[in-house]
Amino acid sequence: MKLSEEEVRHIALLARLGLSDEEVQKFRNQLSNILEHFEVLKQVDTTDLLPTAQSVTLENIYRPDEPAPSMTVTDIFTNAPNQEENFFKVRAVLE
Amino acid sequence: MDNLNQLTVHQAHKLLKEKKLSSLELTQSVLKHLRKVDDRIRACVTITEEQAITDAKAADRTIANGDIKPLTGIPALIKDVICTKGIRTTCSSKMLEKFVPPYDATVIQKLKAENYVIVGKTNMDEFAMGSSTENSAFFATHNPWNLECVPGGSSGGSAAAVAIDEAIYALGSDTGGSIRQPAGFCGVVGLKPTYGRVSRYGLVAFASSLDQIGPITKDVTDCAIVLNYISGHDKRDSTTVPYAVPDYTEALKSDIKNVRIGIPREYFVEGMQPGVRKALETAINKLEELGASVDWDVSLPYTKYALAAYYILAPSEASANLARYDGVKYGYSFRDTTNMWEAMEKTKQYGFGLEVKRRIMLGTYALSAGYYDAYYLKAQKVRTLIKRDFEQAFEKYDALVTPTSPTAAFKIGEKTDDPVQMYLSDVCTLPINIAGVPAISIPAGFVAGLPVGMQIISKHFAEETLLRVAFAYEQATPWHTQKPALA
Repeated sequence: MKLSEEEVRHIALLARLGLSDEEVQKFRNQLSNILEHFEVLKQVDTTDLLPTAQSVTLENIYRPDEPAPSMTVTDIFTNAPNQEENFFKVRAVLE
Repeated sequence: MDNLNQLTVHQAHKLLKEKKLSSLELTQSVLKHLRKVDDRIRACVTITEEQAITDAKAADRTIANGDIKPLTGIPALIKDVICTKGIRTTCSSKMLEKFVPPYDATVIQKLKAENYVIVGKTNMDEFAMGSSTENSAFFATHNPWNLECVPGGSSGGSAAAVAIDEAIYALGSDTGGSIRQPAGFCGVVGLKPTYGRVSRYGLVAFASSLDQIGPITKDVTDCAIVLNYISGHDKRDSTTVPYAVPDYTEALKSDIKNVRIGIPREYFVEGMQPGVRKALETAINKLEELGASVDWDVSLPYTKYALAAYYILAPSEASANLARYDGVKYGYSFRDTTNMWEAMEKTKQYGFGLEVKRRIMLGTYALSAGYYDAYYLKAQKVRTLIKRDFEQAFEKYDALVTPTSPTAAFKIGEKTDDPVQMYLSDVCTLPINIAGVPAISIPAGFVAGLPVGMQIISKHFAEETLLRVAFAYEQATPWHTQKPALA
């Protein structure tokens, strides 16, 4: 089953990932090919099996809520693409 | 002394301790060689010459105070996916080309506590996604044994650098083979510790349930030494285990009498390079000769589903982890628009390379409504079976031995247009991450002038077993002493 162009664009939208038209065509073919390889999993009977999310059997981890110094504001903003006072500046969310 | 850069960690430590060598001399030798050969190898994204000299002088003062420990004053290279405070950490991506972390990863804090010396950050496949280091947004790294070949990946820079003596040791990270496969391709030692053994705090996340940091070294002794200093519980990574860290060098005994070794037949795959098969058979015979009991016909029946499960699980986790690169808090940011959504989409479009986008697409698809059960949940259930395969095998065997990769290093450009062929080069390493068990790759011979890697796998937190087997084999074979001509 080959993915349609609309499906590829829909997935990209879900990920908020911009793609060129060329990339859309390329991924349409490549993702379809990769998904075909995933078909092999259908052969495996997984009835009554629990999923494994991680490999080490640790239960929920708690730690005491101890106050400690955090990073400085200056440090945090060193990498900010766009800043105003002590805020990250973004484009308008509501127009 | 000549060629100080060729020393191992334990050799350099001995000389430093006996005051026959200073960290500054050692570091200068490493930097000199790095400058000489790295324009051909291209292992480094950033060379931290000034910091290295500062670190070396500080280490020499520590040593003068009589406070020397095994990693004190020893120059290392760090994969550029591990955060280093004040030193650019790019993940070989345009997205993080100018990112300077405001904090150190836990492993870096630990190495700093030992007075280590950082000489630079190494090239990798972008965000650790790849098997050849060709997915770096900056440049490809070359295999020191044959410059036309890839060094493997994603820790290709670290493995190539250690093979050509641009550092005494290096750190890498491994999500599906990214330490072991390049170690195999470059003829060095690479260990992926048990999931939970080494803190991931400050490791830029790819697939959080699979990622581990580990050593890439010139021999097995160095591997044990570095593992000693990077392991341990970290309250900032709640997946680290609260178990004591043993002294891994205690496991380095040449005796492997009665160690039970299993050879899983599924790892000797169709399409395996005949020279690799032959090298492995010879190596396994050697283990038998050294006293191990070898069962040549073990089966891990769910192995054949590991590749598909991995390429659902890892991209799914990646698609969630990489959603953070929205151009707001750090990293590349597309500015030429007033529209928020367009800014976010274009930031990712121009900031990420093709393989990263491919995996985000794959993961987003596998997690999307209507496909979640068929792909992601199914893969997690298959993960249960793959993990069980290993648990059952380790009831009968102390270690499993396989090739690290079905082939030796391939040519640059050979697989870049065919993602599935590229993914297949990790077919022997990725089941290990799925199960979370530890594995090491050590040099086990050559085919057509290129190194062959042997992978040794043991059960959760049994790094001592695989180090013991690896050390015994290494002591009985000459491979680890051979150097590429450029060295």
